[in-house]
Amino acid sequence: MSQKEIEVILARQLVSYLALPVFIVDPQGTLLFYNEPAESVLGRRFEETGEMRIDEWSTIFKPTDEDGRPIKPDALPLVIALSERRPAHGRFWIRGLDGVLRHIEVTAVPIIGQAERYLGGIAIFWEVTA
Amino acid sequence: MKVTLWGTRGSLASPGPETARYGGNTSCVEVVGADGTVLVLDAGTGIRRLGVALPDSLRRVDILLTHLHMDHIQGLAFFRPLRTPDVEVHIWGPASTTLSLRARLTRYLSPPLFPVFLREMPSTFLHEIPSDDFEIGEFRISCALVCHPDPTVGYRIATSKAVITYLPDHEPALGARKFPLSRDWTSGYTLAAGVDLLIHDAQYSSQEYTERIGFGHSSLPHAFEFAALAGVKQLVPFHHDPAHNDDDVDRLITETIMSARPSFAVTPGSEGATFELN
Repeated sequence: MSQKEIEVILARQLVSYLALPVFIVDPQGTLLFYNEPAESVLGRRFEETGEMRIDEWSTIFKPTDEDGRPIKPDALPLVIALSERRPAHGRFWIRGLDGVLRHIEVTAVPIIGQAERYLGGIAIFWEVTA
Repeated sequence: MKVTLWGTRGSLASPGPETARYGGNTSCVEVVGADGTVLVLDAGTGIRRLGVALPDSLRRVDILLTHLHMDHIQGLAFFRPLRTPDVEVHIWGPASTTLSLRARLTRYLSPPLFPVFLREMPSTFLHEIPSDDFEIGEFRISCALVCHPDPTVGYRIATSKAVITYLPDHEPALGARKFPLSRDWTSGYTLAAGVDLLIHDAQYSSQEYTERIGFGHSSLPHAFEFAALAGVKQLVPFHHDPAHNDDDVDRLITETIMSARPSFAVTPGSEGATFELN
């Protein structure tokens, strides 16, 4: 069994203590972990979803823009952060796996570790209340 | 390979009659291959005696630094081969995200902390540890970043006959609500999996650990749980706390063995101990 990189392990440990919803993916975009606050927004416990490929998580929440138009996966902040290795930000709607439509704001950054190793990405998001 | 412990103490050299059995020198381990290759793991104060004990015929020695905290480099300038022009000393260690290994080491090996500059030491070669495995003599060496403040690596050293792993400063339980975690989410697991000998941080009692979470070290029970998770054959608890005298170390290890009932052998790290692995 291969072990995750230490930066990713520490990121998971950190976000498991945060009240802010956070989503962590590996360099291929595979979902590695989201924390309990994220479970409330995404509508399902991480233990139930487990690791998820990028083509799955980028569509399963049915992201739509402010006018209700579907957002293509490559326009999502986390996908931009992974593909362009830069921070990205966006505000859009998702439908949680509990069926609830939620307005969210997302900031995503690539994880660049020691020796410039590219290790994946992190998306921090929160529900828009106003 | 033959493994000799020259310094087993953590954080601060602690000589004195109360630490005479386990030793007061800080981290330093010698690994000698069947072909005569000599590796030195860390350059704590134990490296001074090692430098005197090395054979005069030796022409190359490789020092593998896990990180640059003072207790792991303080003996470096007192390592006799560094002042011997006909001995090549290769120093391997981690860079940081902004500073090279040389720049980081020079912070110590220069005034006002030390009167001699690193550049004045003859036949010294610095190597930032590569991301891939590398070979020194008969040894195949893997390294990986592990959980400890500041860039810190552990080493897995293999020959065709035996494998050891050296994790002197390691806090794999940091942030874990329940330790151990699964193997893939445990710092250091890949380095330690299935090895013949694991030299691992075991600085604190459980009570002390709760007061020092995040300092980068393990409690004895955490070291045992990590060793069990990794399936090692023998554990050497190492990096003893400077506040622990020999009786404390005896008591803590005995209590942990009684509680954990490990399926692997346990040999507390003591200065001068040797391990022949074939």
